[in-house]
Amino acid sequence: MGVEGIGARVARKEDKRFLTGKGRYVDDMKVAGMKYAVFVRSPHAHAKIKSIDVSAAKDMPGVIDVLEGKAMKEDGIGSLICGWMIHSKDGSPMNMGDWRPLAYETVRYVGDAVAIVVADSLGEARDAAEAVVVDYEVLPAVTEAVDALKPGAPQIHANAPGNQIYDWHIGDEGAVDAALASAAHVTEIEIHNNRLSPNPMEPRAALGIYDTAEDHYTCYTTSQNPHVARLVMSAFYNVAPENKLRVIAPDVGGGFGSKIYIYPEEITCLWASKKTGVPVKWTSDRTEAFLTDAHGRDHVSKVKMAFDANHRVTALKVDTTANFGAYMSLFSGAVPTYLYATLLSGQYNLPAIYANVHAVYTNTAPVDAYRGAGRPEATYLLERTMETAARELGISPAELRSINFIRQFPHQTPVIMNYDTGNFQASLDAAMAEADWAGFPARKAEAERRGKKRGIGMSCYIEACGIAPSAAVGSLGAGVGLWESAEVRVNAVGTIEVLTGSHSHGQGHETTFAQLVATRLGVPLDSISIVHGDTDKVQMGMGTYGSRSGAVGMSAIAKALDKVEVKAKKIAAHLLEASESDIVIENGELKVAGTDKSVPWFQVALSAYTAHNLPAGMEPGLKEGAFYDPANFTFPAGCYICEVEVDPDTGKTQLIQFVAADDFGNIINPMIVEGQVHGGIAQGIGQALLEGVQYDASTGQLLTASYMDYAMPRADDLPSYKVSHQTTPCTSNPLGIKGCGEAGAIGSPPAVINAITDAIGNNNLTMPATPAKVWAAMHGH
Amino acid sequence: MYETNYHRASSVDEAARLMGDAGEGKYLAGGMTLIATMKQRLAAPSDLIDLRHIGSMKGITVNGRNVTIGAGTSHYDVASSDALKAVCPALCHLASHIGDPHVRHMGTIGGSVANDDPAADYPSAVLALNMTVRTNKREIAADDFFVGMFETALEEGEIIVSFSFEAPDKAAYQKFPNPASRYAMAGVFVAKKGSDVRVAVTGAGSNGVFRHQGMEAALKAAWAPDALAAVTVDAGMMMADIHGNSDYRANLVKVMAKRAVAAAG
Repeated sequence: MGVEGIGARVARKEDKRFLTGKGRYVDDMKVAGMKYAVFVRSPHAHAKIKSIDVSAAKDMPGVIDVLEGKAMKEDGIGSLICGWMIHSKDGSPMNMGDWRPLAYETVRYVGDAVAIVVADSLGEARDAAEAVVVDYEVLPAVTEAVDALKPGAPQIHANAPGNQIYDWHIGDEGAVDAALASAAHVTEIEIHNNRLSPNPMEPRAALGIYDTAEDHYTCYTTSQNPHVARLVMSAFYNVAPENKLRVIAPDVGGGFGSKIYIYPEEITCLWASKKTGVPVKWTSDRTEAFLTDAHGRDHVSKVKMAFDANHRVTALKVDTTANFGAYMSLFSGAVPTYLYATLLSGQYNLPAIYANVHAVYTNTAPVDAYRGAGRPEATYLLERTMETAARELGISPAELRSINFIRQFPHQTPVIMNYDTGNFQASLDAAMAEADWAGFPARKAEAERRGKKRGIGMSCYIEACGIAPSAAVGSLGAGVGLWESAEVRVNAVGTIEVLTGSHSHGQGHETTFAQLVATRLGVPLDSISIVHGDTDKVQMGMGTYGSRSGAVGMSAIAKALDKVEVKAKKIAAHLLEASESDIVIENGELKVAGTDKSVPWFQVALSAYTAHNLPAGMEPGLKEGAFYDPANFTFPAGCYICEVEVDPDTGKTQLIQFVAADDFGNIINPMIVEGQVHGGIAQGIGQALLEGVQYDASTGQLLTASYMDYAMPRADDLPSYKVSHQTTPCTSNPLGIKGCGEAGAIGSPPAVINAITDAIGNNNLTMPATPAKVWAAMHGH
Repeated sequence: MYETNYHRASSVDEAARLMGDAGEGKYLAGGMTLIATMKQRLAAPSDLIDLRHIGSMKGITVNGRNVTIGAGTSHYDVASSDALKAVCPALCHLASHIGDPHVRHMGTIGGSVANDDPAADYPSAVLALNMTVRTNKREIAADDFFVGMFETALEEGEIIVSFSFEAPDKAAYQKFPNPASRYAMAGVFVAKKGSDVRVAVTGAGSNGVFRHQGMEAALKAAWAPDALAAVTVDAGMMMADIHGNSDYRANLVKVMAKRAVAAAG
């Protein structure tokens, strides 16, 4: 591996600037003449806009202009869309309601934007925003998806009767019903997956700059995929043609999915910049983030799992109601369908699966992908059901899982996915050994003597990452291809710039991507720079989400490196008067294999650019690009075990230990992978114990609009994790990488809840398992 | 935040005078609640009169068993006072668990008590330790001080100058923090001085901090955690919100009270 190459624990190159406050985020950007924007937002969950009076606001000190949605519509700015088409089971396309960047007829959730104020200072913009008078006719609101489907519920979009966006299904219902009818045992459970607020450390921000001379727009935005932002804003929102729109996502402080989407604010800032003639910057405050960042999860599911007499699962039937909020966000359609139901086979050889998913509008913030996106919902459902079944069947949860594990690969599930590799037993065994599963009864007895209820729970997860190949996602309704691009530019002195369509917002690409290049070319890490996040620098890319940047983004770099190496070897062979096939690249030199003849890397680069002595017919320069579209999704998998102690007096859960045994395929930087696992588990524990978005059911007001009421995990909520890796290299990309970004958040919630329900002897518990809920479950309140 | 005029008072009299001159003034005594509220534009005082730089309002004096704490003393200084720890470690312990280190270095006991947040820690200590609240105008007994949520006996412009009390024989404070805010969902301060026992509850009551007579009587009869077993905490008097219903809070009050008695020894 070397000290800097693949497999080395290289300290992150980017951390110096992050840790010393030298990062450059959107809100750090200052351009000449820049003004500040504040959005006027609906205080109502559902209302008709009778009138908007901006006259007083326009007269306020420092105000440049106050702009409304009607003018935006008249200027041809398009409505926001969901880019993933889902068809209902009757063949009809999903009912996508109109989402105006600035509402002017109807507002559908608290926080819906209705006007933008541009002023000299943020304070003046705030003052003026308060002076905008909107006359609302308040309408009844509904916040829970199950309620929104009931007859008589408030109707949120005219073209979505009964608030249903789609009624989608997958699998063979007949086969599942037959298996349920003939089952030796059926486990039934209702599963709630709680709604989460993403809470990246950096709130969203946008800076729109319109250049009147060039009729050109620049958008600085907190995006995980600036090229997709440009594409969508150009092709669907009519902001500007792509060649007239530059999108830059500089340092971005976390996203967790919430910064994939194109929101009203960046579109409005660009439009407002042209209308006002000044650069317009908006930065979300934390309350706005709670109100308007796309939320995650929010499923209610009814589950039936059938077993034969040998404890083999014979069928799974799932009916899920998914809350989409007031509008369909960019990827929302895919989350409770192809990112969710296609993972319902889990790690198990499950012959028949049927899932029916109802996508529903409510008067709440839009819901879209959040770390894991559909896969945490599938894993939580499946792993709580398996645990419940084990208890009902009276066998150990490990044995029940083991009996049902898939052991032959590749494995075709009944729900589209084809798993290439895996060794689920290895992760289960490793996790149980690390957790000293066998010693648990003694620990439980000891805790009992101290008056504490001790429990242990496991979760065996699998996920589908990479969110590619393009043809596959296209056939499932994706509006884009999900490949990745790379360009490797070797400079004349041999230093290297790698341009990537992936976007790093905490993942450490500047380090890991450079480690790949260092391994391949044997050059120092410091001589390699990673360039990303700017549509003027990188031609095209699909961005970072779905744990795809290692598997897909780095594979594109590997493919470009292949081409660079071919040309470099040709040059070296020419310089060394050797055969091209004899040239090997080692330690920064191109050598004739088996001899002491070599030419250093920089010499080859220089030769490529001086072009004084190149092979006949060869173009000067050393720069190659590649697009990589994988052959399959990747399938990270693993086993998590959580051990807890519950205080029966207060219901408070203390995490005693948390063990993660993951198979991510090949690993580039173990330290960064462990960091991803740690962060993911923290978010999963947050979901299990602490986090939950709550709206007032009658008014639709967000009750958890600050950290006073929305509980984020803190250091003292979390134990030290024990992390290990079992490796089966992925077969569908050249690097054997499966991805690690979401696993922690996917695998951990069911392990935590299974441990708590084991401890308290009551399976009737929903997330977040707050002390109050656990106490109530223990004491029958 | 709306624009406001900041004044740094150097004496109690100056502060009172500045307040008299202000349109809609507010005293600033650390600002751990007020500044956050102003940043959310939920409060808009015309003037802020900062009390944190008034030397005479700072510091802790321990004379035998008699303790006086300046209202401008930070939570950190209360938590780390060796003199106080020697006679009333429970109060140091309470102060050491307020907010986070930033809050403990900025926030003051006077600010907290005057604000009377129903989930703040200090009000329970004021009641249980039977503190005398000395203001720039008068002395107010603890039992007369707290009126309701965010409501005290302080009159317009009145400034708390100090708190004084005689150290108890035994005392302890136990709280169950709200998982999100870490304010008390139930905090119970118990204090025993001679035959007198006082039990004050914060965080849980629907009308702010209060003394629980039933628990006081039980503990007067027998100073032991189990003495509280038969005492009923009326859920009807408890707060209910998204973090816990009134049954849960009533349970927490009893559990925290038992733990406080156990901790007091």
